[in-house]
Amino acid sequence: MKVSLTVNGKPMSGEVEGRTLLSTFLRETLSLTGTHIGCDTSQCGACTVHVDGAQVKSCTVFALDVQGSSVTTIEGMANTDGSLGRIQQAFQDHHGLQCGFCTPGMVMASAALLAVNPTPTEAEVRHHLEGNICRCTGYHNIVKAVMAASDAIPAE
Amino acid sequence: MQNFDFVKPASVAEAVAALGTSGAQALSGGQTLIGSMKQNLAAPAVLVSLTGIAALKGVSVSGGVMSIGAATPHAEVAKASGFPGLSSLAGGIGDPAVRARGTIGGSLANNDPAACYPSAVLACGATVVTNRREIAADDYFQGMFTTALEDGEIITAVRFPIPERAAYAKFEQPASRFSLTGVFVAKYGAKVRVAVTGASNDGVFRWTDGEDALQASYDPAAVKGLKVSPDGLIADLHGTPAYRANLVAVMTARAVAAS
Amino acid sequence: MPKDFEAKTTGIGAPMKRREDIRFLTGRGVYTDDIKLAGQTYAVIVRSQVAHGRIKAIRTEAAAAMEGVLAIFTGEDFKDVGGNPAGWLIKSRNGEPMREPKRPVLAHGKVRHVGDAYAAVIAETYEQGRAAAQQLADDTDIEELPAIIDMKAAAADATNRVHDEIPDNLCYDWGWIEDNRAAVEEVFARAPHVTTLELVNNRLIPNAMEPRASIGEYFPGTGDYKLTTTSQNPHLTRLLVAAFVLGIPENKLTVVAPDVGGGFGSKIYHYGEEALVLAAAKRLGRPVRWTAERSESFLSDAHGRDHVTKIELACEKDGTFLAFRTETFANVGAYLSNFATVTPTFLHGTLMAGPYKVPHVYVNVKTVFTNTAPVDAYRGAGRPEATFSLERVVDQMCRELGLDAFEVRRKNFLTPDMFPYTTPVGLVYDTGNYQATLDKVIEMADVAGFESRRAASAAKGLLRGLGLSTWIEACGIAPSHLVGILGARVGLYDAATVRVNATGNISIMVGAHSHGQGHETVFAQVAADRLGVPESSIEIVHGDTSKIPFGMGSYGSRSLAVCGVAMTKAIDKIIAKGKKIAAHMLEASEADITFEAGKFAVAGTDKAKTFGEIAFSAYVPHNYPLETLEPGLEETAFYDPANFTYPAGAYLCEAEVDPETGKVTIEAFHCADDFGNVMNPMIVEGQVHGGVGQGIGQALLESTTYDETGQLLTGSYMDYAMPRASDVPFYNVDYSCQTPCTHNPLGVKGCGEAGAIGSPPAVVNAVIDALHRGGHTHIKHIDMPVSPQRVWAAING
Repeated sequence: MKVSLTVNGKPMSGEVEGRTLLSTFLRETLSLTGTHIGCDTSQCGACTVHVDGAQVKSCTVFALDVQGSSVTTIEGMANTDGSLGRIQQAFQDHHGLQCGFCTPGMVMASAALLAVNPTPTEAEVRHHLEGNICRCTGYHNIVKAVMAASDAIPAE
Repeated sequence: MQNFDFVKPASVAEAVAALGTSGAQALSGGQTLIGSMKQNLAAPAVLVSLTGIAALKGVSVSGGVMSIGAATPHAEVAKASGFPGLSSLAGGIGDPAVRARGTIGGSLANNDPAACYPSAVLACGATVVTNRREIAADDYFQGMFTTALEDGEIITAVRFPIPERAAYAKFEQPASRFSLTGVFVAKYGAKVRVAVTGASNDGVFRWTDGEDALQASYDPAAVKGLKVSPDGLIADLHGTPAYRANLVAVMTARAVAAS
Repeated sequence: MPKDFEAKTTGIGAPMKRREDIRFLTGRGVYTDDIKLAGQTYAVIVRSQVAHGRIKAIRTEAAAAMEGVLAIFTGEDFKDVGGNPAGWLIKSRNGEPMREPKRPVLAHGKVRHVGDAYAAVIAETYEQGRAAAQQLADDTDIEELPAIIDMKAAAADATNRVHDEIPDNLCYDWGWIEDNRAAVEEVFARAPHVTTLELVNNRLIPNAMEPRASIGEYFPGTGDYKLTTTSQNPHLTRLLVAAFVLGIPENKLTVVAPDVGGGFGSKIYHYGEEALVLAAAKRLGRPVRWTAERSESFLSDAHGRDHVTKIELACEKDGTFLAFRTETFANVGAYLSNFATVTPTFLHGTLMAGPYKVPHVYVNVKTVFTNTAPVDAYRGAGRPEATFSLERVVDQMCRELGLDAFEVRRKNFLTPDMFPYTTPVGLVYDTGNYQATLDKVIEMADVAGFESRRAASAAKGLLRGLGLSTWIEACGIAPSHLVGILGARVGLYDAATVRVNATGNISIMVGAHSHGQGHETVFAQVAADRLGVPESSIEIVHGDTSKIPFGMGSYGSRSLAVCGVAMTKAIDKIIAKGKKIAAHMLEASEADITFEAGKFAVAGTDKAKTFGEIAFSAYVPHNYPLETLEPGLEETAFYDPANFTYPAGAYLCEAEVDPETGKVTIEAFHCADDFGNVMNPMIVEGQVHGGVGQGIGQALLESTTYDETGQLLTGSYMDYAMPRASDVPFYNVDYSCQTPCTHNPLGVKGCGEAGAIGSPPAVVNAVIDALHRGGHTHIKHIDMPVSPQRVWAAING
């Protein structure tokens, strides 16, 4: 069957099976390999993308189930001139990534949080990142980066 | 994962028709079912997505009752106003991505013994509305992963009488973040109902000793010292029956305090 | 970050932002599974579902006939090639060599753990491969044998054998140092006080977020092979595949480790899937790819830790240490992963003196085979186990004798005037100042204010405690002559090539491999500082055996301390050659040429040539001393360290216990570390954060549980509790106490493993302290992970 989506602002389509996951469609059909697969139980969050503005795990959504939707992936998060977007830049500035594997999911989850809560507390950031596992950073600099990218006034 | 035909009807009637085909299964948010399919624990021949049915979505409050369409994602319930105890429960299910896709209907149809929603439905004496009938909460839950739903029956909505005081207190299983033991307390005048999820081999249940104590005195202290029998409670890596029994009383007290 | 670090913007010591971040943040990193090749095929591994069994029959016909199936491999296909070897040979204390069973590419004859690979399907698509793998599993007869799971029971069981040829399931029974054993026993016999603890160092699953993946290619025109794989050290993988397993000539095999999503030890080792995809690629003449599902990672990645230890501390009544003695059982699982034998021995026993002036130490380790996944080095590797044993028993002794945990450690610390210091377990600490880090952490943690914080917790019904850990490790692995004496089958030097191009920019090929550590930034930073050129003119190349001279990869906090030094030595050769070229061009004596800030100058004159001019001259040698000097400007250096490096530090954890639920919350975590000189403080902090995060995971959350039949009960994130953002606090990190390493020119010691080594005992000590302060004085110890139900059971037990 054919699935048609808007991906990072551009219309995209391709042939899929019923069982084709959105993550598979993005990675294999569209070659958007920034969306990563880190587990098979919908827990790690490395595959997080936005579907019609909502944060979803693309490994736990069938491509056909989001027919016609607008999908944003990590490849769509930079500024139009190619420079790092605000959240991406904060992750670099605050060393919010090491191996980079969970990073796309972290950025997408953080963007979803800041879209609805531009001034989160530290606890709200940590709570929001419940579904994104990082093994490198101990989360310290990820939380710092998200706080820095927010409109929250720094504590010090 | 085995392949299947995917259909996404726009109405309940079409969905019911599609579910009449051999090997058909309903798909709501998919946050549990897709994982099961990856492990080949479920292998439907036809998957009928319910999330395209507008009539199954949305939250409304009228006459002291909150009605939630079965395909309403947890995130929507978390944002709704009128029943803060339930919104708080919904806002704590899984993680933001799960809450964006997972639905109340899917949760109740699956009836995972560690799911959050069943405790609220049972504590509130909510009504599970299907395409065929209305089912009282006390009749709906029939043990772990077992419900009163019949083949081809679809949940369309859930109606919660809004309590005067209510709260959900969950102690999370450290890995999955499902409830190791979660307690929903709902107070309607002199009547108090306490429903426990995550703890029992029989799925969600009412803790009647706790209800009696709280009806006598709606105060955390009323249940704190109460002993809960560990018989029939779940034993797993994360908690012995005795540990869960303790949590039933502790989480009930915390729910009362938060209500 | 301390102010003097914040101020630097470039060169050594500056918190430079990472250049590699740009690709990772924009989704343009290239991890193994991101690579797509024309004609690629998919390998799916068939894994044992029983812990122990004899393979009776594998009927391949039905699977082979399925749609899209191209080939099927079983253990038969590899029975005549080599096994994946142990990298280190350990002798038992009776002088016998260790037992080294063959670890085949695919299990042959027997399967020995749940997840043991015994067959593989190669198919056109992944889904076809998976369907056929299921068919093959259904068509396999395995006679189940009794599972050998508990390591102590395994060592006492002469009937059930993981390997038929090893009667007692024992790999070795090691004593360190055996000659000191009698003296240690004598000290214990007359000691005024002895504290004993029985400890479990819980088995962990490393869980790098990128699952293992490998792609094999074969080029029939040249007979070349290429393996793209998730490795921390591609050269070692090449060596093992070439020389030990498949017998491919080393010069016909290229191993590439592209972007790698974390390792923590688990990707040091060669795994059978790597040999499989190469053999399959040759048979099919097409690329063969394999990517682990997370559930396969749980079953087949090398696990970590898994020790059961009895530790005894003999001391005076005033807390002066007299001796430590340990008896440890270490589980290696079903086969020897490459460094499984050294982790519980030389990486563990040699650290059993800690930062203390204890005169007598004896360590015994019995390493046991069981029907579980192989166990090998995981972040810290042996040193966390040593630190946990020491720091727990010291705390317990203080409690038994009513002594202050801070003062007892201070009293027993080696003092700065004692270095170099030879420990009773065979290491020579070059430098350190353990008092300084302890003082620092006390200041950072506001220990003086603890009592009021405790009272505030108590008012909420919560118990608050303070836990200390003073740790040391040996890293910068490792001096080859020493490890050779101790049984290593490899050298542990490293190498770098500095290639100055004609246009003056620089490519540096390093043997270290970055899988999160930020080498592309830090190595460039160090090189730029030494060469006086901008960082932006330097490219760091790693992870490709066809490009880099050689290397032993990254683990054991060795990258800068070993490979970084190799790079500086190569740079020094570049500068030396540049001076010769400059002397010729400037018509001066070589002895008069100075090199500073990227300029070669004649001392005391304004005559100078820029680095770029010298590079150009080297490649366009028109005015050049060709009779005495080769053109070109490229130098390689190998560096073999003279000693280990010895980072050390003091960690304080402040934890709150909810006595109703048993839940522990880390309220604050303070780290005062001595890493010697710091090259990039931002990255050093990040390394400590990550290590502490993993240490908190070990202490509170992570449990690897096999049932008695050998099924892994914690085989997914549904049951294996990974630390999440809400489980950890902000960490308070300091590295201003610096005693630079005395034997490498950078003065660096290594920071990668510190957090994972120092933190678990600090957490557990804090929990026990909180419980005691709360009146639960019957609790001597709680095994890790200190989970809510364990704490609750201890309180109510």
